[in-house]
Amino acid sequence: MADIIQVKNVSKSYWRDSIETSVLHDISLDIKEGEFMALMGPSGSGKTTLLNLISGIDKPTRGEIIINGTDISRLNESSLAKWRSNNIGFVFQFYNLIPVLTAFENVELPILLTKLSKAERKQHVETALNIVGLNDRMDHYPKQLSGGQEQRVAIARAIVTDPVILVADEPTGDLDRNSAGEILILMERLNQEFNKTILMVTHDPHAASKAHVIRHLEKGDLIQETV
Amino acid sequence: MKIPLKYILRNFMARKLTTFITIAGIALVVFVFTAVLMMAFGIQKTLVSTGSADNVMITRKAANAEISSIIGPDIQNVIRTLPHIAKEPDGNLVISDEPVVIVNLEKQGGGVSNITVRGVSPEINQLRPQVKIIQGRMFTWGLRELIVGDAIVKRFPGAQLGSYIKFAGGNWKIVGIFTTNGSGFDSEIWGDALQLLSAFNRGSTVSTVTLKLDNPENYDAFKKAFNLDLRLQQYEPIIEQKYFAQQSEMLSTFIRVLGIFITIIFSLGATIGATITMYSAVANRTVEIGTLRSLGFNRRSILSAFLLESLFITLAGGVIGIFLASFLQFFSISTLNFSSFSELAFSFALSPAIIVSSLVFAIIMGFVGGFLPSVRAARMNIVTALRAG
Amino acid sequence: MKILKLIFKNSFRHKLRTTLTIFGISIAVIAFGLLRTVVTAWYSSVKAASANRLIVRQSVSFIFPLPYSYREKIAQVPGVKEVTFANWFGGTYIDKNNFFARLAVDADTYFEVYNEFVLPKDQLDTFKKERNSCVIGADIAKKYHLKLGDVMTLDGDIYPGRWEFVVRGIYQPKFKSTDAMQMLFHWSYLDETMKQEMPGRAGDVGWFVVLINDPAQSASISNQIDGIFNNSTAETKTETEAAFQQGFIQSSSAIITSMNFISFVIIGIIMLVLGNTMIMSARERTREYAVLKTLGFSGKHLAGIILGESLLISFLGGGIGLLLTFPIVSGFSQFIPKGIFPVFEIEPITIIFSCGSAILIGIVAALFPIQRALTTKIVDGIRFSG
Repeated sequence: MADIIQVKNVSKSYWRDSIETSVLHDISLDIKEGEFMALMGPSGSGKTTLLNLISGIDKPTRGEIIINGTDISRLNESSLAKWRSNNIGFVFQFYNLIPVLTAFENVELPILLTKLSKAERKQHVETALNIVGLNDRMDHYPKQLSGGQEQRVAIARAIVTDPVILVADEPTGDLDRNSAGEILILMERLNQEFNKTILMVTHDPHAASKAHVIRHLEKGDLIQETV
Repeated sequence: MKIPLKYILRNFMARKLTTFITIAGIALVVFVFTAVLMMAFGIQKTLVSTGSADNVMITRKAANAEISSIIGPDIQNVIRTLPHIAKEPDGNLVISDEPVVIVNLEKQGGGVSNITVRGVSPEINQLRPQVKIIQGRMFTWGLRELIVGDAIVKRFPGAQLGSYIKFAGGNWKIVGIFTTNGSGFDSEIWGDALQLLSAFNRGSTVSTVTLKLDNPENYDAFKKAFNLDLRLQQYEPIIEQKYFAQQSEMLSTFIRVLGIFITIIFSLGATIGATITMYSAVANRTVEIGTLRSLGFNRRSILSAFLLESLFITLAGGVIGIFLASFLQFFSISTLNFSSFSELAFSFALSPAIIVSSLVFAIIMGFVGGFLPSVRAARMNIVTALRAG
Repeated sequence: MKILKLIFKNSFRHKLRTTLTIFGISIAVIAFGLLRTVVTAWYSSVKAASANRLIVRQSVSFIFPLPYSYREKIAQVPGVKEVTFANWFGGTYIDKNNFFARLAVDADTYFEVYNEFVLPKDQLDTFKKERNSCVIGADIAKKYHLKLGDVMTLDGDIYPGRWEFVVRGIYQPKFKSTDAMQMLFHWSYLDETMKQEMPGRAGDVGWFVVLINDPAQSASISNQIDGIFNNSTAETKTETEAAFQQGFIQSSSAIITSMNFISFVIIGIIMLVLGNTMIMSARERTREYAVLKTLGFSGKHLAGIILGESLLISFLGGGIGLLLTFPIVSGFSQFIPKGIFPVFEIEPITIIFSCGSAILIGIVAALFPIQRALTTKIVDGIRFSG
């Protein structure tokens, strides 16, 4: 299988009041298409930063990131935005649903950026909600849903554009054991049935155990380890 | 602009209390702005409709108002020799020699006010055909009788049909009420010029002379002949309508200047209110903004979304303000006209131009108030925004 | 003291928002101050009125004259100290935009009765002696750069013709509310000219000003005077000077009422703006207030903190607004033609009103947030993510 994500000698630093803080040191990483990778590490290790760089919402200070043949570290802001909407699906720890939109409308958001007609969009949304098992809650607002249900809507939103890569930052971090379990089963399914490449940042060893590959980050350095 | 309208509208409804308060503030400001413009327009409208474009009024040059103008009998005769004065079928010139004085009457609710009393000549019907008697009758020539404008009847208990007004050593009976449909004449009292002159011991000296042109196009020719006559050096002609329009300038300008000055100051306050509300909205939705950006919505669509929200708020406030102000049209105000020194009644008048100005005003407030917060929302760094949750 | 520090820091937590709020309040205070100054300027003529003076005018309206012969009879009424008189000359000085009072007065007595027009004795003596001289107020001299000896030419309207007067006196206003923009010349000069040119108008007086010994007697003296001339061809109406001035103001009452109304609307807007801010910040700090409660702070403490913040902001806004009002009012007065409001000052009462409003606004704006902070249960507060 081909490498769909290639991280080449990437470093990231922040400047605060002229003090440079280095968060990632010379990271190189390859992820194959269809792989399910977990990123673990203590807080401050830089795992979320690496996730942000790969998903294009931040830029590396040094190095390249090539995804599906495109070097995204070279793209400008608006190209990146476009690229993101086509290629990446996000799942956040705190779901980040828009509170004033219904479940349906939340899932519809990413495809509003495309040229699909209203009927086509409806089809995509319903398919996505079907996959996550929330068809009967389409018209509910986030505050009418449980934590687990909210996260499922968020996942539906992440897959509605049928992106090749799913990026998840502590997806079960705010859920109870049962809901967490359901979400992980869903993610497994997305990986195995739909061949989505998944990169997941997590604290939870149980969640990590679902992945093919676990990598550890410590103070900005990648440590070799495989399952 | 790709962010759905319903996102904007529903956020607009979400923080109901603070949104409502901001809208109320904007509505108040627009109300005042519109009311002031309506007041000034009302004054102008009243005075501009006073008098017509084919009448010429002659006053003394140095006079600031009709009451301080003096035209003696010999000058009145000279005026009669000028060309282009309209004639009645029986050959009489359509000309009115008018003494104008002020009397004090008690207002409804206390206090006294100055009312213009105008003596008119029999040609008045030709001269001012807009005058209609709506109650009672026209006064009888040669008797001490008066007719009053309908704006006076409403405000002065002593000036009702059948009342007597005491002045100049006699009792004058009010026998009729007239209207000119909202012009300045509605705030006046009229009587027989000759009767008033004798009562005030003024001989034949009047305040102003008003005549009708045989054809409005001949005004320039008339004026030329007027200026050529050296006996008329101290006097000047002016189109009747223009004279009264000028009389409204001081008052309406004062109101407009003061009103606009105040409103601009207010609008700064209201705009700041809108800005605060928008900044707060942006701050509260930081995570959301980050999420939308991560989904692929670009900076410009975020900017537009928040700017539109701001515009909705101020537009809503603006519409409410204008709506409330439109009810003012049912009210009329009576006040002292600085120029004539006597009572003038006028209503608040609304015009399409005023509505447009007020809406534009509201939109500008929304744009200015919402701009900086919207820029802040658009410029947010995605990572920091997402972390704010 | 720690609480004060907490209040101060809390208020400036959101520097931008707090700054905007303060700014918004100060702007509204300026508008309020300007409006009230216009209203009080309108009433300044009433303030300048003396309790010892009565005005006697023709009962029909002030544009009808009274006979000079009335003077004797008025002077004989018990309680009357002095009688002077004046005619409104009107006319135009240079052009129609120059507004100031132009009066023909009784030179011998006018300055006694109007002793707030302060004139050096030698100037007064010269004025009395020269028939065609005039005395002008200090503000007229300033505006038109006139000095003693200059000639002023008036274009008469009620009294037609060109009239020339030599400036022989410049009076200073005694009080802040005194009109320093009047031009006064000899009534006898006017009368003599009328005798020659328009004999029917000789002996006409515009109005009499009566100086009385005891203000408490003003009503009875007024009635007496009017009684004398009852049923004559020129009946009189006598009233205190204050009432006379009030009468003029009454006729513009509609405008004044509107302006008063707008002043209150302004206060309302300020309350809304500040209230909005307080509500927002209270909402953000719901969790914080809950935590404070768990630490032992009582509802009273919280109320105090919120109130303190609100008052701090309203005071700062009010203070800045008040300071800026002075230059802005001064700027505004440059824009209006001077004659309309001879006296345009910020009255002490306006300042008191502004301060009082600031306090009131601070309190009212804090009410809703205080109520919220007091009633929210600790548990709900901690869970709140606003």
